[in-house]
Amino acid sequence: MGQTIAEKIIAEHARVECVVPGQIVTVPVDMAMANELSAALSIKELKSWGIEKLFDTNRVCLIPDHFTPNKDINAAGITRTVREFANKHDIKWYFEVGRAGIEHAVLPMEGVILPGQIMVGGDSHSCTAGAINCLATGVGSTDIACAWATGDIWLKVPQSAKLTYSGKLPPYVYGKDLILYALKDLGTAGATYMSIEFHGSVFDQLPMADRFTMANMAIEAGGKTGIFRFDEKTKELVESTPRYKAEKPSYKTYDPDPDAVYAIERKYDVSNLEPMIARPFSPDLVGPVSEIKNVKIDQVVIGTCTNGWLDDMIRAAEILKGRKVHRDVKAIIIPGSQKIARQAFDLGLPQIFIDAGCVFSTSTCGPCIGGHMGVLGENDVCVSTTNRNFKGRMGHITSRVYLANTSVAAASAVLGRVGSPVEL
Amino acid sequence: MILKGSVYKTGENINTDVIMPGRWCHLTDDKELAKHCMEDLDIDFHKKIKVGDIIVADDNFGCGSSREVAPLSIKAVGISAVVAKSFARIFYRNAINIGLPIFESPECADATEAGDRLEIDMFGGKIKNITKGKDFAFAPFPPFMKTIIDKGGLKGWVLEKLGKA
Ligand code: SF4
Repeated sequence: MGQTIAEKIIAEHARVECVVPGQIVTVPVDMAMANELSAALSIKELKSWGIEKLFDTNRVCLIPDHFTPNKDINAAGITRTVREFANKHDIKWYFEVGRAGIEHAVLPMEGVILPGQIMVGGDSHSCTAGAINCLATGVGSTDIACAWATGDIWLKVPQSAKLTYSGKLPPYVYGKDLILYALKDLGTAGATYMSIEFHGSVFDQLPMADRFTMANMAIEAGGKTGIFRFDEKTKELVESTPRYKAEKPSYKTYDPDPDAVYAIERKYDVSNLEPMIARPFSPDLVGPVSEIKNVKIDQVVIGTCTNGWLDDMIRAAEILKGRKVHRDVKAIIIPGSQKIARQAFDLGLPQIFIDAGCVFSTSTCGPCIGGHMGVLGENDVCVSTTNRNFKGRMGHITSRVYLANTSVAAASAVLGRVGSPVEL
Repeated sequence: MILKGSVYKTGENINTDVIMPGRWCHLTDDKELAKHCMEDLDIDFHKKIKVGDIIVADDNFGCGSSREVAPLSIKAVGISAVVAKSFARIFYRNAINIGLPIFESPECADATEAGDRLEIDMFGGKIKNITKGKDFAFAPFPPFMKTIIDKGGLKGWVLEKLGKA
């Protein structure tokens, strides 16, 4: 029987010929990553289990990013715990504030994870790395502690869903719109436990950034992971990372068999798609932006792990260049990582943002999780390029978040209401 | 093992942001976690719950983030089990890993109301609604998960693997 990409990667790691969905296997993980919040619990657990030695410190990655730079005294305590743990165990892949960014934007860009590998992350959006043809999935802190202690993790082999996108992309339609469109179709539980495989010619028209955005949001459909096939664009990205250049590690890539079995198959023609938007309070309440009329906004957030890639910074600048943010709107731009921020500076983008009246923030999860740097107050309305708009996600429980692509968010910042770039 | 308790009923898509809002995600202490459990859904949740109570929910319970503080807070507040029509994936494995018993039974979720008394035979695959006098079956845990549950969570499995048990 043919195998999907996820099945092949799991079978290879489990050292068996093939695996079937539903089967529970124990596999070695190539990388077990945690942010400061999930790490704090994992560290506490390892301690309570009496475990002093990690299985392999080179397969551990720690990135404080949620409440950093420390938002308060509590956060300072937590990040200190994580740093001390990293130092004690001499963890190579520890990324300190200023040299890091948001975990999902850092890992693949540094080469910490490679195609064909299995990565578990103590964060639900760990699936982002699936854009480079690996199996990356979010787990809890106990799982991370287990992986750090034993090198292994238990996995239920997921069913797979195959989403194929074809057609010619209209202007201002990007990866975010493609995944929001799929969420509208599948719902927030439509792909529960599944590995979502993304296929189609559309991805030749888009940069890697859009693959990351789409893999990132696989979890919003309940997915275990989102995976893209490996191609020239993937190769170029992977082989330009600092780790690859330094170590030239070998890696394997995986394509599904032609007779692979999928639980769900969908074909989407994108040629007539408009930019999409998800209304509060769920990422699957999706429709074209043009349907949302007269919704005044207080804040715009552009960036984070979903849309904080260099291409997003470029797209935001295209809209904001020579324009001003509406007087009632706070526009906050957050690049995914310090590296992306640096590249943005090289292109002169922060200057454009600041001239337009935006905040250009250091890389942090910040407002996305209602942490800091733009928490929403009572009845505030926000257009955000992040991935979740549940009640209270970005602050007060009466605040409302609309999820959209970068160009729509930037246009809304200028318009002072939910709107599209074509209205400018 | 038999679990017994009164039912606290919730709806569908109860996400981890309402179970344990982001602003409390830095907490690791059980008592603190218990205080904020389900806060954005029901501010008095922790006051209403008696030790042993059972949450009964609709579809996709625990969707959203991987934050383990979500199931930990539910356990800390004294909930003995969660029964739902279905669970989100990460919540499901986190609950198993930390030893919070959870069961998928759409029939039970449909027929059960707030305040009903339930009796769950964990390994017998049966939930009894004592108030309504009805029985519901749930699919038994796969052997691997049963092993983890038997050991009270993933900790036991890890220690055994490392020869420390
Ligand atoms: S940016 Fe938001 S979604 Fe991404 S890792 Fe941070 S909190 Fe999670």
